[in-house]
Amino acid sequence: MIHFLNVTKQYGHVTALSNVNITINRGDFAFLVGPSGAGKSTFIKLILKEIHPTSGKIIVDDVDITNLSQRKIPYFRRKLGVVFQDFRLLPNKTVYENVAFAMETVSASPKEIRRQVPMILGMVGLSGRAKLYPHQLSGGEQQRVSIARAIVNNPSVLIADEPTGNLDPDTAWEIMKLMKQINRRGTTIVMATHAKEIVDLMQQRVIAIEDGRIIRDEKKGVYGYEG
Amino acid sequence: MRRKGCTAMKVRTAVYLLKQGLRGLWRNRIMGIVSIFSIACVLIILGIVFILILNINNLAESTKSQFDSVQVYLKDDLKPDRIEEIGEQIEKIEGIQDVYFISKEEALERMKKDWGENGYLLEELESNPLPNSYVVKLQNIEHTEQVIRQIKNIQGLEEVKYYKDVMDKLLKITKFIRLTGTIIIAILIIISMVVVINTIKLTVIARRREINIMKYVGATNWFIRWPFVVEGVFLGLFGAAIALGVLGLGYQKVFDLITQKIYILLTPYMMPATLLMDDLLVIFVVLGAGIGALGSIFSMKKFLNV
Repeated sequence: MIHFLNVTKQYGHVTALSNVNITINRGDFAFLVGPSGAGKSTFIKLILKEIHPTSGKIIVDDVDITNLSQRKIPYFRRKLGVVFQDFRLLPNKTVYENVAFAMETVSASPKEIRRQVPMILGMVGLSGRAKLYPHQLSGGEQQRVSIARAIVNNPSVLIADEPTGNLDPDTAWEIMKLMKQINRRGTTIVMATHAKEIVDLMQQRVIAIEDGRIIRDEKKGVYGYEG
Repeated sequence: MRRKGCTAMKVRTAVYLLKQGLRGLWRNRIMGIVSIFSIACVLIILGIVFILILNINNLAESTKSQFDSVQVYLKDDLKPDRIEEIGEQIEKIEGIQDVYFISKEEALERMKKDWGENGYLLEELESNPLPNSYVVKLQNIEHTEQVIRQIKNIQGLEEVKYYKDVMDKLLKITKFIRLTGTIIIAILIIISMVVVINTIKLTVIARRREINIMKYVGATNWFIRWPFVVEGVFLGLFGAAIALGVLGLGYQKVFDLITQKIYILLTPYMMPATLLMDDLLVIFVVLGAGIGALGSIFSMKKFLNV
C-alpha cells in the first residue's frame, strides 16, 4: 500500500528523514510515534505529496508518487483522506455542508452527495447534528465531522496527524474506536500521535521515528517513550 | 458510460463554479463595489486618453493627406514621348497612390486663378516660365523618403519638391502620440490590475481555509481558481460598464458642445461618438474581463502551493 524505498528528505542542510525503508500494507493500522521534530510530519507530508523526497522512491496505492506531476497530484490525493489535530472545518458551513463540500470538490453528483453524506454522518454518529455549525459542537464531535469529511470520498488510506491532540482522554478514546471501525472496513490508517495510553491500549503496529530514522517497527507495539 | 458521465460532470462543475464565484462576489460586496469603482475610474482615464489619441491621430491623418503630394518638375527641353515615359516610370514606383500630369499651360492657368484679381499681371509674360510637372500622391507619408529617392533617379527632371518639414513634423507628432499613449495605457492597465489583485486577495484570504481543505481532498488548481476568476471577471465587467456609460455620455456632451457652439471648424476632425463607443465597448469588455481574470489568478498564486 505505502512503500518508502531509501527515502531521504533534506531541508537545506537539515536532514529530516534519512534512508527510510518501510512498507505499510493494505488494511494496516499503523501508529507513527516519536518525539517532536523526529520526522513524523515529514513522513506524513511525503505521503500526501505536499513535499518531494530529496532521494529515494515512494509508492502509494500502486502509484509511484516520487515524480508525480503537479497536474496529477489532485487526482492522487483523492485516494487519501486526511484528519488534522485542529479539525480544519469551515465555520460558515453546517456539518452536512462541511462533509458535502469534500464531495463537491471532486465533482460528485448531487444524487451521490445526498446518498453518501447522511450515511457517513450516521457512521461517525452525527446523524442528529447535520444542521449544526462547527462552533455548536464539542471538540470530539468536530473531529468526527472532520473524519467524516476525510472518508466520504472512500479513500484507500486515512492519514491522521495527531487527531486526538486537542481532545480529552475519554473523547480521544471515542475517536480511536471510530478509527478502528473505519480500519475494519478495509481502510489503511496511518496515525501520527503522542498519545501513549492510546498506542499502548490499541495494540497495533507501531513505527517509531527518531532523528529521521526508523528505530523500531513492531506488529503489536507500545508507545515506548516516557510521557 | 464514462463519456456521458464526463460531460454531465463538466456542465455540473461549471455551474457549481459559476455559483461559487457569484457567491464570493456577493459575500465580498463592499470591497467589490469599491473595486468596481476603482476599475471604472481607471478605465475612464484610460478611455479619455484613448479618445484623445484617436482624435489627435485623426486630425494628424487628415492633415497629412493635404501634404502627401510631391511635385516633380520636368526639364523644359523634353520631347513629349519622353515626358510620357517619365510618367510611366513614376507610376511603377511602389508606394504611390496616384500620378497626374500638369502641363506648362495648365500650371499657368492655375497660377492665374490663384492670383485672382492680380492674375492679369501674368498676361504680360512673353513666354511661359513654368515647367511641365507631375503631381505624385503618396500612399503613406511614412515612406516619402524612399519614394523621393527613386523619383530622383529618373533622368530629365528639373526639381523634386515636397513638404519635407511639415511631413517630418507630422510624422514626429504622430509617433510621439502613439508612444506616450501606449505607455499611459499600459500604466493604467497595471494600476487597475493591482486594484483587482488586492480585492480578490481579500476573498482569497477569507477563504484560505477552504482552499487549504480543497487542496487536501484533491481539488485541482483550476477548480479552486475558477470561482475567483469568475468574481474578478464580474468586477472588471461592472467597472467597464460604468466607465463606458460615463464616457459615452461625456463624449457626446463635449462633441455637441464643440461642434455646435465653439469650433464648427473642428467638426470634421472629431470622431462621432457612436463610432468611438463601438471601439471602446470592445476594448473595455476585453480589458475589464482580462484585468479581472488575470488579477485573480495572480492574487491566489501563493495560496495554491500546498
